[in-house]
This record gives sequence, C-alpha cells and structure tokens, in this order.
Amino acid sequence: MSESQRNRERDSEATFGEYGGQYVPEALMPAVQELEDAYERYVLENEDGFMDEFRERMRDFGGRPTPLQRADRLSERYDREIYLKREDLLHGGAHKLNNALGQVLLAKYMGKERIIAETGAGQHGTATAMAAAHLDMPCEIYMGRTDINRQRPNVYRMRMNGAEVNPVDAGSATLKEAINETMRDWATTVERTHYVIGSIVGPHPFPKVVRDFQAVIGREAREQIQEQAGRLPDSVVACAGGGSNTMGAFHEFVPDESVALHAVEAGGSSLDIDEKKGLAPNSATLSTGTDGVLHGAMTKLLQSGDGQIMESHSVSAGLDYAGVGPELSHLVDTGRVTPVSVDDDDALNGFHRLSRLEGIIPALESSHALGYLERAAGPAADGRAAKPRDENYEELGDLVVVNVSGRGDKDLETVLEETEKRDLEAAPEVEVFDS
Amino acid sequence: MSGETNAQTDSDIEAAIRENHPALISYITAGDPSLEDTKEYVEALDRGGADLIELGLPFSEPIAEGPTIQAAINRALDAGTTPQGFFELVDELETEAPLLVMTYYNMILQYGSEPDVRPFVERAAEAGLSGIIVPDLPAEEADPLRDACDDHGLDLVFIVAPTTEGERLETIMSQVSGFAYVQARLGTTGARADVSNATHDSLTRLEEYDVPKAVGFGVSEGDHAAEIVEAGADGVIVGSALVDIIAEHEEGDAPAADDLEAKARELKRGALRGAEGDVPEPEQP
Repeated sequence: MSESQRNRERDSEATFGEYGGQYVPEALMPAVQELEDAYERYVLENEDGFMDEFRERMRDFGGRPTPLQRADRLSERYDREIYLKREDLLHGGAHKLNNALGQVLLAKYMGKERIIAETGAGQHGTATAMAAAHLDMPCEIYMGRTDINRQRPNVYRMRMNGAEVNPVDAGSATLKEAINETMRDWATTVERTHYVIGSIVGPHPFPKVVRDFQAVIGREAREQIQEQAGRLPDSVVACAGGGSNTMGAFHEFVPDESVALHAVEAGGSSLDIDEKKGLAPNSATLSTGTDGVLHGAMTKLLQSGDGQIMESHSVSAGLDYAGVGPELSHLVDTGRVTPVSVDDDDALNGFHRLSRLEGIIPALESSHALGYLERAAGPAADGRAAKPRDENYEELGDLVVVNVSGRGDKDLETVLEETEKRDLEAAPEVEVFDS
Repeated sequence: MSGETNAQTDSDIEAAIRENHPALISYITAGDPSLEDTKEYVEALDRGGADLIELGLPFSEPIAEGPTIQAAINRALDAGTTPQGFFELVDELETEAPLLVMTYYNMILQYGSEPDVRPFVERAAEAGLSGIIVPDLPAEEADPLRDACDDHGLDLVFIVAPTTEGERLETIMSQVSGFAYVQARLGTTGARADVSNATHDSLTRLEEYDVPKAVGFGVSEGDHAAEIVEAGADGVIVGSALVDIIAEHEEGDAPAADDLEAKARELKRGALRGAEGDVPEPEQP
C-alpha cells in the first residue's frame, strides 16, 4: 500500500474516535468542504507537485531539516540520553512555520486571494506573516489586546512582513477571543479568504491538515535518532497547548508502541478551577478537561458544568488555551499519549536550566517539556529533601527525545518579570536583572 | 423526506408563520440585563405583534454574533444567567407567540450530567418551547439533536447561508422543520442599513421548496421588512435592532418595554406592507 493510500484510509473520517467533527456555522461549511477536497488532492495525493514544492520551500526558505542534538549536560543531569529536536532553529524561531507555509501555499493552490489567522503568543502570527510575504499574499492577523501587550516584538515582526494586526478586545483578550474574531472575519469573507488556523484544532479537516504539515518534526526525529543512537527512543516529550508541536512530534511515533509519548501541559498556578468566576488558573485541558464543543470540534475543554468556556492561564501565552486538538483528546483516552503537567515555576526553571546548561534559550512553551524532565527525573536539589519520583520516571526510559518547539527571545521580558517575583532554583543571581 | 411529502399537521411554529403571514420573528438575549427584564420584554414583543420569539441562551464564545449581540450575551452572563434560570423564565412565560431557544451546541450538550443533547431537549419541551436554533450545528452534525427534537415534538430550525447551494441546499431543505432561516448576507448578526442582493438570490434559490422562509441577519427597519417580504420571504427575523433598544435603555433608566413594543409594531407593519406590494424604492448606495 502506498503512503497516500494508507493515509487516505486512516484519514477517511472527520473524527478521531468520538472527537473532532465540523461544528461550524452553515456559511463556513462549503469552505470547510472545499478545504477537505484540497487537502486530499494536494496534501495526500501531491497533485500538481504540491508537496514537492512545500518540501523544497521548507528546505530553502525554512531551513529544514532541523538538527537533532544530543544534550550532553542534560544527559548527565538526568542520567539518561537526552536528545533535543531543534525546532527553535527553524526560520522564525519556532515550529509554527511548518504549518503556516503549508497552509498559505495550499491557499494559493486553491485560488484564494487573502490570508487571515489568529495568534496567541504571536508565533503563529509571525510565521503566517512571513509565509504570506514569501508567497505574496495579503495577510491579516487577529491578536488579543492582552497578548499584544505581552508579546510586542512579535507584533512588530508581523508589521515588518507587511501583515495587518487587528487587536481583539473581547473577554480576556487572548487566544480564544482571537480565534472567535478570526472565525467571524472568515464567515464574512469566506469566498476569497483562507483561514490559516494555527494549531491542530478547529473543524475537520484542519486538525489533519495542520498535523500533516507538522509531522515533519517527528519524521525527521525518528530517522535522526536511529542514525545517531542506533534505535528508536523510549519516549518523546513535547509541550501541549492546542497541540500542533505535540502531534507534529508524536505522529510518526504513534505506531511505534515501544515509544512512550508524553504531552506536557501548562499547570499554570494551580490545577483547580474557580467555577464561579469562570477561571481555570491553568491550561491543562488533557489532564483535567471534560468533553464538549469549541471552535468547530468536539474535544476536551476547560468549561463550567453549564458549558461556558473558562478563561485559562499560563505564564506562556502560546499554551494559554481552554481547548486542545481532538486527535490528542482521542490519543489520551485510548492511552497512547500520557498527559502530564508542570506549573509556571517548573516551566521557568526549565527555561533557565536549558539556557545555562546547554546554551539554548527555549520558548516558555517548550520550557514546560524541559521542566517536566526535571520533575520526572531530576536529582534532589542540594540541601533539600529528595523529590518524590514522578510516576512517569520509569516510562521516560534511557533514551528521550524532547521537542524544543521554539526559541525564547520573545519571552525574555516575561521571564525577567516572572523570575523576579519568585524564588527559582535554576535562575541566575537576581542582580543580573538590576537595571 | 422532501418538502411535498412533509404533509403532517403543521408544527406550532409553521402554524404561527402561515396564520400570521408575513410573520415577524424577534430575537432578544435572555438575561440581558436580567431575567426579570427579559420577561417584561418578551411580553412587550408579544403585544407588539411578534409572531415568534427567539430567546438567546447565552454562551461564552458566540462566534456567529456581531458586536451588538456579543455585548448582550456578555451582559447576560455578567448577570449570572444560567440554563436553569433560563428554563424557569420560560416556565413562567405565557405568550401568544411560540418561543424558540437559540444557543450554541455546547450549551445543549452540557445540560445533563454527561455530554448528551437529550436532557436539554426534554427540559425545553417541558418548559413549552417550540423549537431550537443552533448557529454552530450544520446538518452534517445534527442527527442526535434532530432525533431528540423529533421525539419531543420540537422543531430544529436550520440556517441557509448565501454560500449554501447545490447538494448541501438539498440536504438542509430535506431536514428543515419549522422554517428555513435564510441568512441575508455573509458575516455575523448585526443591524444594517440596507437589504443585500444575497437575500434576493437566496430567496430565488429557495422558491421551489414548500417550507416557510424567514430572513435574518441585518434586518433593522420596517422598510427592510417590506422589501424582504416582497422578495418572497414568509417572515423577517429581527435581533440586533431590538437588542440595541435594550442596550440604550441600560444606559438611561426608562423601561425598554414600550420601545420594544413600538419597534415590533413598526416591523410588523413593514412586513404587511411588503405583502401588499407597498414597498419604498430602495436607497441607492
């Protein structure tokens, strides 16, 4: 069976188990079905050489393949082989370009004339703006006012690439509201516009389209680790918000049953929820969410008993979302993916530790995956009681691939601010921060 | 099932449209600014001649709504409106016009203890609601809700968009109950100053189907109502223009009920003028 035949069989449905589907206004259904058709022809069947052009552009413009690097000092610290998949080295500084370039190119093949996208941290927005400039398409990005204020450099980058940035003021003015507003734009302009959704969320076929463009992460890593370490890893670890870097890293490994897949969510400040205020001080949807429908798909959600969507929280804007991709919900229910979470402090420690031990400043999103390594396998800190071993300590195994989904330049201000408020074991001396 | 074989007795909703042709269908958000006010407003719309009344059950992510109704939903949520409170309001209402609930799919799914549409539909039927409209539920995903509505004698109203054509239009029209909600233009809800060409095109596409057609999204004045009815609609749906009245009174202190009643009268008169062919020249853009 050819790859495309196998893919088609696996992807013939709009759902992943009970998750997924197409819960969108009627006005958008024809566009969603048009995308299904384009996905099948161009992505799965490589019609008109679409996938060849995509791969070529990802190589020449994007810088693929990204390295898989053995992290010497982390390996020593955790007493096992730790390899880092360096998506932070992709053009733009994050894995987001894989999907953005794929979808903007797809929109071109579909004859669309305008690109819109939502963004949370601004990473998807910057990647989409870059791809749109590269492929000469007009582009508008919707971004919550709160996120604009905490991710200014990314706003400037989008503007430099010629994209319009539309602030969204509704609700908590973060990713969820930006998605709402982008969907409203799309419902108005659907005939000529393609909505480049930024994660494996939304109505079918978006979760599959985005996953397939991101799957290059795991495809490369799977080959690279076998070349470098001579075998498949025992585990793959990736952070999970909406889940695009997660499924990108996991997808090729899903059939490899010996490989444990750990999705690290943002535990925020607490895993509890305040139903009365509609607040969840975390974004740990896979760990704590319940089934419902948001933004076009049935999936796990942070919601009240009545069905109102909660305001989520994470120190990392890119993980701050009350939903998650339907495929991840399904893989968690079937036991294939293990959801874990680390809190804001662990993530910040992960950020500082990778910066100091390996000379790599990771995105706050990716820092959750690194924080989890410490939680699961870290040594007892000097002079402190040994940490209880995480229940997943054994499952991580001796050979671990961690997806460094992005670089942390965009997060420096947040990290400085948040580090000053806390007593973090891995942070450098506080004098560093005196101005 | 095609339109012609659908020969059972009319539902409450169909009867209300056919007997009061051309019908005025009004929308307000329940709980905006409080459920007590909503009761008064619904009674005012009923007096003013609304033939069907849609009540919005507020959901935190209303992706099909424009700014006016988004704001109404926020006011209702801030006032603590819950599905329980909503149904208790409907229990109390005694209107001549049949009532429908308009809400998003997640609100319906989460009403019971497990994600399931049935508890919501049972409670809606018990409260005396006649139909349900779900803006984020296309025909492809509607089987469970339609089955539950059929079992309890509720109409499930589908939206026909300007982009709905060909096979999709066939599918939707074969599933329609109550009336076809004709979306006048692409985009979100909200009062507009004119009637779009898309409205005329949609009504032409729907001519062959023997189902009541009501046009919404952007209708705000009696003259729009007249024009839309003259173009072949069996009813007009007005939401944002009514919600605007409620919002304005929120700022001041006079009760909105009288103005809502007067607005309903203006719209109903407009619709009747349209049925008689008495339509003003449309304004040139």
